[in-house]
Amino acid sequence: MHLTFYVAGTIAIVTTVMVITRRNAIHALLYFIVSLIAVAVIFLDVGAPFVAVLEVIIYAGAIMVLFIFVIMLLSPAASTLARPSIWVGPAILSVLLAVGVIYGIVGGQMGTFEVPQTTPKEIALVLFGPYLLGVELASLLLLSGLVAAYHLGRREKPKAISDKPVGGTLGGRERQTKEVS
Amino acid sequence: MKPYPIDYGLILAAVLFALGLVGVLVRRNIVFLLLCIEIMLDAAGLAFVLAGARWGRPDGQVMYIFILTMAAAEVSVGLALIMRMYHRLKSLDSDEVSRMKG
Repeated sequence: MHLTFYVAGTIAIVTTVMVITRRNAIHALLYFIVSLIAVAVIFLDVGAPFVAVLEVIIYAGAIMVLFIFVIMLLSPAASTLARPSIWVGPAILSVLLAVGVIYGIVGGQMGTFEVPQTTPKEIALVLFGPYLLGVELASLLLLSGLVAAYHLGRREKPKAISDKPVGGTLGGRERQTKEVS
Repeated sequence: MKPYPIDYGLILAAVLFALGLVGVLVRRNIVFLLLCIEIMLDAAGLAFVLAGARWGRPDGQVMYIFILTMAAAEVSVGLALIMRMYHRLKSLDSDEVSRMKG
């Protein structure tokens, strides 16, 4: 029985159930990070170490931090909810996951499936070869996402002045006509 | 060397995707909606990587990198929209924005 794969899969399902049933977004995020790490362990187990590292760095590192930033910005009381007691559940599941991984490594079971280990070089050769158009489209998507996030994240007031014709007050309109003339 | 349990892996991906879908349908907090969309994207990426490992090709992992890129762009725009909505309505309930003006 290949224990690591099944332990990681079970923990991924349990933590995902916890994510969609929590009331508080910070608690859900903690469980979701454990879920992502469990999925990264599965990637590591099926011979995809590069993707496992990307999952931890980008998903659990960058995107989840973005979520936490926004939740903390929206509700300042959320910082008081980050008390030690909410760490108990995710910590127990993380320890179980760590036990599964250590058991797999010590027992020599980790990554022993009949699949080839994919190196970053192979992925890069395919990514920048047949999928070059996809890379260009992804860069375009990231650029448009950057512009859209900047535009949407601006304050309301400067936008109300710059968009006078739609909802501007009389004063705003007068100011604009003066600027135009 | 053990045979690779791709059926269990794909069942796991399907269960994770279904959980994300249930979350999108059940929850009303818009932050949770975005989080459940992330769960579904992650499950789709898991299915891609497992299928790519089954055939011993790196294409599945390339697709996972594309999914990761898309998730990052989607989250940045979605969170900016959530902040705009919260500043305007002082609420995170998605039912509050069910009616649009014009």
